Amino acid sequence: MGYPYSHDLEVGTLLSRHLGDEKARTLAGWKELGGYASLPKALEMDPDAITEVVKESGLRGRGGAGFPTGVKWSFMPKEPNGPHYLCCNADESEPGAFKDREILRWVPHLLIEGCLIAARAIRAEHVYIYVRGEFFPFSGIVRDAVVEAYEGGYVGEDILGSGWNCDVTVHLGAGAYIAGEETGLMSSLMGGRAEPWIKPPFPAQSGVFGRPTTVNNVETLAAVPMIVAEGADWYRQWGTEKSPGTKLWCCSGHLQRPGTYELPLGVNLSDVIYEVCGGDPNGKKIKAVIPGGSSTAILTADELDCSGCYEGLAEAGSALGTASPIVMNEDTNIVQAMRRVAQFYAHESCGQCVQCREGTSWTAKILQRIEEGDGTFEDLDTLYHLCEQMTGRTICPLADSVVFPLRSSLDKFRDEYEALIER
Amino acid sequence: MSDAANQITLTIDGVEVSVAAGTTLLQAAEHAGVVVPHYCYHPGIPSRPAQCRMCLVEIEGQPKLQPSCVFPAGEGMVVHTTSEAAEKARQSVIEFLLLNHPLDCPICDAAGQCMLQDYAFETGQLRSRYAEAKMVLGRDRVADDILYFGDRCIVCTRCVRFMEDIAGDNALVVAQRGHKAYIDTFPGRDLDHAFRGNIVDVCPVGALVHEDFVFKARAWDMDAAPGICPGCSTGCNIEINVKENQVVRTKPRLNTEVNSYWMCDHGRRVLVMANRGVRAEAPMIRRAGELEPASWNEALAWVAEELGGSGGVAVASASVSNEALFYTRTLLNHLGIEGGTFEVEEGAEVTLAGFPKLKLRAERAPNATGAALHGYRRSEGLPEVVDGASLVVLGDALAEAPADYGANAGFFLYIGSHLPPAAGNATAILPAAAVPEMEGTFVNYEGRVQRFHRALRSPGVARPAWMFLSRLLEHLGEGTGVREIGDAFGVMAAGTEAMQGLTWGGLGLRGELLSEAGHPAVAAE
Repeated sequence: MGYPYSHDLEVGTLLSRHLGDEKARTLAGWKELGGYASLPKALEMDPDAITEVVKESGLRGRGGAGFPTGVKWSFMPKEPNGPHYLCCNADESEPGAFKDREILRWVPHLLIEGCLIAARAIRAEHVYIYVRGEFFPFSGIVRDAVVEAYEGGYVGEDILGSGWNCDVTVHLGAGAYIAGEETGLMSSLMGGRAEPWIKPPFPAQSGVFGRPTTVNNVETLAAVPMIVAEGADWYRQWGTEKSPGTKLWCCSGHLQRPGTYELPLGVNLSDVIYEVCGGDPNGKKIKAVIPGGSSTAILTADELDCSGCYEGLAEAGSALGTASPIVMNEDTNIVQAMRRVAQFYAHESCGQCVQCREGTSWTAKILQRIEEGDGTFEDLDTLYHLCEQMTGRTICPLADSVVFPLRSSLDKFRDEYEALIER
Repeated sequence: MSDAANQITLTIDGVEVSVAAGTTLLQAAEHAGVVVPHYCYHPGIPSRPAQCRMCLVEIEGQPKLQPSCVFPAGEGMVVHTTSEAAEKARQSVIEFLLLNHPLDCPICDAAGQCMLQDYAFETGQLRSRYAEAKMVLGRDRVADDILYFGDRCIVCTRCVRFMEDIAGDNALVVAQRGHKAYIDTFPGRDLDHAFRGNIVDVCPVGALVHEDFVFKARAWDMDAAPGICPGCSTGCNIEINVKENQVVRTKPRLNTEVNSYWMCDHGRRVLVMANRGVRAEAPMIRRAGELEPASWNEALAWVAEELGGSGGVAVASASVSNEALFYTRTLLNHLGIEGGTFEVEEGAEVTLAGFPKLKLRAERAPNATGAALHGYRRSEGLPEVVDGASLVVLGDALAEAPADYGANAGFFLYIGSHLPPAAGNATAILPAAAVPEMEGTFVNYEGRVQRFHRALRSPGVARPAWMFLSRLLEHLGEGTGVREIGDAFGVMAAGTEAMQGLTWGGLGLRGELLSEAGHPAVAAE
């Protein structure tokens, strides 16, 4: 099932089953739909056993990096000498991605249950749900759900009579893309500017308020209750060996049926675009796709026949990222698209590292000039140089994020750049 | 051999060095004699955001270049600070920093001592590839006395982090983000901290400038001398910048025992303000009721002749050097004048949170400990002068005195650098060099004897007090005149219990503590 459109592909419906169902937003309705069934089981499990199940399930971080979730949890100290924290990263700001938004506004209790189980696993007794500032209009849904969960005894003291306490705080950011980077998120949560910090220290050593912290994406945490309830093998019936499970795909751009679809990892990318989403609404040719949100390398129409999973898209020269294909048809001006991407990153650079602060805005200005017809061939060399100097030079990967689409577009669509320069 | 166990041996640019575990690569490189260019790193500021990306170095076996300011040295590591990749990255950082930089070096106060200028010359390209319009941020004021040139700023955040980490006052922030980022005061807050001036010193470029100094002097037109701040009894080590025999700026000089890299704003102003005032330029003696100039030989012979030895009072200053205090004490002993007083102005005490040893101390004079050490007594107000008795005044003690003070004295010897109205009553005026015009020592609040150097020429024929007082004493049959500060210090150290064993050379630039025996603070208990 997809939201808002349905489709015929055989898929799991773990995360998306109740998207669009108002009932799922309230505690009573959610319980009727079978919610909060995994928590009692998790409360009876040893924290390390929860981590072990998640590790075996092969669940990988859905925020884009794809780091194995169970392994991340296992970095947390086993014998706390003070508070541990779980941060739920609901600062979904990658252009093209809108999956966490759907979970937050339709199935907030699924997320809360996932947060509690994860907190249990990492021995945290406080969860911060860091919600993107721009999600203000529906952040009340998440807050209401937390309040109801407190009232229902699912959050707070002595949860379900287990003797275990865990608080959940919903924190609304002030609107910064880089607050979605885990250290940036923690800086912001602590009241500072959303500025990433250099690792070490890693969050599991010293995160929020100097305490061991784990930061997990909304979709990752939402998958946890089912994995704990049904087991690792059950979860592995979907996806590939290295990318098990299902994934919410956020399809946007020139598509007949754009939307959020839950599909198993390993689905063919061209199936997603042509079968699930119906291709271009006017039957035009697809020119290019940025498959994983704007920070991933661009693919040409000929490169779409690949496996939609972490390793499959890496093999195709791009990345799964947040599984958010942005589809561009034959009428698209690639230079304009890249200019827009670069402007986004220039606007969102936190301004700490010189390469990112100056490089992203310089890139955007050069692209704008080329787009306006004032470009030179030297500009293309400069852009390649910028790509080189903005890769792997900075604290966080924001600068790299503009390089992936830009360099791939220069390689694959150089003719479009040259046409504008020669015009 | 626990020390050896904590030692790490690594190779930096082909030089093998051994450093303590936990040392960063940037610090280890210093041991190897290699300076890794950097902006955001400052040795006195604990936070290390590693954000300027200037100190990236290549480490064999590491896929990415790493910031040496935070990357810990590891056993057997092979580091290249000038490999092709590292050089290229550094060159690129400079190019990025210069994109929106105004290149107004010809009118920038930092020119000549600017880290951006230096590295741009060292690594940069002659031509910029930047064809777009530059961002213009303009000029702002972050404090009453500090200007901010936004265009020059490289957003290294040293100033913000000085305020946060050392001053403990979050008055400064980075405003906006990305390429629009600039430094500003936190909304609704004023930057009025007593140590705010240090943000100018830590600025690696010309973005932060004291309004007091702006457009006053080019770096290469100034001379510099190491001094001791006369603003309070902390005795901060300072660098005195001089142009055309005027103090134009004072900056802190590193002394980890006293002031680290910092000094307060009160101290910054003292020497600059001391440029003004009426100076004593030649010896004056009162013959036939009138003060008239005389040569040194004439004046000293005349004073030796006329000065009676039958008691009286003396007033000293806690702002003159130990050597002056010592030779004046010897003179007073010869004259049979006991005691002698000094007065110290008091002010509010301010502590630097991040380096609490450093305070703007309530005692607003540099050498009160020294004055007490040489037998002067702290008091309030001036001693009463009995009609016809002798009066000896040393230093700026009469600045606030009524104009007729000392007029009733039998012999009024005034030894000082400035001429307040009451000095007009003197029988003889011996013009002394002011502190920045001579070498000497102060003793700070904790008994640290610290040397200061000469930064200025004296006006007229003013001389250091110890020099002419030793000659005057020679006339009076006490010892011989000394011409070298080292000799004067030696005579003083030999004659002062708490200074036994101290030598002029041994004090160096760090100073030495007084021995406990004879230390005035100890003796008082």
